[in-house]
This record gives sequence, C-alpha cells and structure tokens, in this order.
Amino acid sequence: MEFPLLLHILGASILVGGLITALSFQLFGWARETPGGAAMLARFGFLSLLVLALPGWILMRVGAQWIWSEQGWDDVPDEPAWLDIGWMTGDFGLPLILVALILAGVGARRLRQGGGTTSGFVRGATVVTAITLIAYVVAVWAMSAKPD
Amino acid sequence: MELYDWLLALHVLSAFAWIAALVIYSVLVAALWRTSLPSDVVRLFRVSRAGDALTAVGMIGTIVFGIWLALDEYEIWDGWIIAALALWIVAAAIGGRTGATYKVVNDRARSLVADGEDAPSSEFAALARSSRGLVLHVAGSLVTLAILVVMVYKPGA
Repeated sequence: MEFPLLLHILGASILVGGLITALSFQLFGWARETPGGAAMLARFGFLSLLVLALPGWILMRVGAQWIWSEQGWDDVPDEPAWLDIGWMTGDFGLPLILVALILAGVGARRLRQGGGTTSGFVRGATVVTAITLIAYVVAVWAMSAKPD
Repeated sequence: MELYDWLLALHVLSAFAWIAALVIYSVLVAALWRTSLPSDVVRLFRVSRAGDALTAVGMIGTIVFGIWLALDEYEIWDGWIIAALALWIVAAAIGGRTGATYKVVNDRARSLVADGEDAPSSEFAALARSSRGLVLHVAGSLVTLAILVVMVYKPGA
C-alpha cells in the first residue's frame, strides 16, 4: 500500500513543482524582456511543462489508480467529497496541461524564430498554467485534509 | 474539519512548496550547464527568487506544522519522527551550502554584466557549471526524497 502512495505523492509533487517552475519562467518572461531573453524564458517554461508536469501527472495518476484498486474504492457506493475533488482535478487537469503545453511550445518557437519580446501564445499558456496550478493546490488540500 | 486535518493539510502543502523549490532549482542547475552568457545567467537567477520564497515557506511550514502534528497526534520521540527531523536538519545544511555556491555564480554574472563584459568565457562557464553545486543539489534532493519515504512508510510507527 505504501509504494503506490509514495508514487502518487511523488508524482503529484513533481506535477505541482513542474507547473510552478513553468509559471515562474512564464511570469518573468511576461515583463518586458530582450528578444533573446524572452525566447529563453519561454523555452524553459515549455520544457518544464513537457519534462516535469506531464510525467508528474502520469506518475500521480498511475499511483491514484493503483491505490483505488488496492483499497477497493470501486465497491464504495458514495465516494467522499475529497475523492471526487481528486478525480475531477486529476482528470480535467490533463487537457489543461496539454493546452498549456501546446500554447507554450508554439509561443517559444515563434519567439525563437521571429524575435520579439512578447507572445500571445506564451501569455495564454501562462494563464492556463496558473489555472491548472490553482486546481491542483485545491486538490492537494482536499486529498490531505479530507473534508466531508 | 478538525485541527489535525488542518495541520496535516498545511504540513503537506508546505512539503509541496519545498519540493517545488527543488524542482525549480533542478531546472536552473540544468539550464546553467547550457548557458554561457552572463546576462542569461542573471535572467535565470531572477527565476530562482520564486524557489527561494518556496524554500522558506516549505521548510518553515514542514517543521512547524510537522512538530505540531507530532505533539498532537504522535510521540515526538517516535523513531520515524526523529529520523525525519534529523534529515530535515541535514537538508537545511546542504541547502545553505548549495545556495552559497550558486550565489558566487550569480554575483559574478551580475558583476560581468555591470562591467559590460557580457560575452561567453571559459572561466565563467566553468564557474556556472560548478560540479560542487551540482553534487550538493543532488545530495539535498536525495535527502528530501528520503524524508518523503520516511513520511509515507513511517518505519516503526
């Protein structure tokens, strides 16, 4: 039982860490920057989503499913609220991460190729990353405090 | 929700903040190995401020809410709690040394940019790609992972 929980928590930590890292690069790049600086910050924001947030989500989700199966939650008729919050943020978070990833990737590519100091795509990715991060912070609170 | 639930939630959120800081530092350490311009290094270290804030919140939050939880729900002298406290102290010591190592890099980059010497140089690249900094960062991350393992498995509890 402990190993799936470790996998779940480790994955969630990497996911949240990856989102915060991406958001930090995106926010520092949001302010006025030199063209080279904006492209570099946008690239690291994109890579943080790709190399950290996405694999973190997979680890978190695999751990969650493993725990679900081992503890027999599928036999429980009325799931507690904290579990619903966990499932909802977990599953709806993936499309948000993918949207942020695509926006960040297109934005970083455009900044690298065309220069410029701002990109609507990167700013869009920043907003989606922030929304996803807020959802996961709520999920971490719900999964640990377990409100009724 | 009872006090225990709130303490646990704040303890876990603090732990997430701490690990998020380590994730930011990991990306910065990797980025420093691929960056040669002092101005880019200065730019990267601006992002490290988010990591510094998360480290402060995470480390203070885990120890304060952790000890409170231990007093409320467990025994502070339980073996796994003593092990976690010892590992926390080791992680803090390593983190302090890692920060000092990379502060030298940041200060040097700022000084070069201020002097108008924003060009790649082998001397600066060697400083930025500090193997001492890398070893300390990896060691600190492993100690933090060990704390997470102790928290999940609670050996002896």
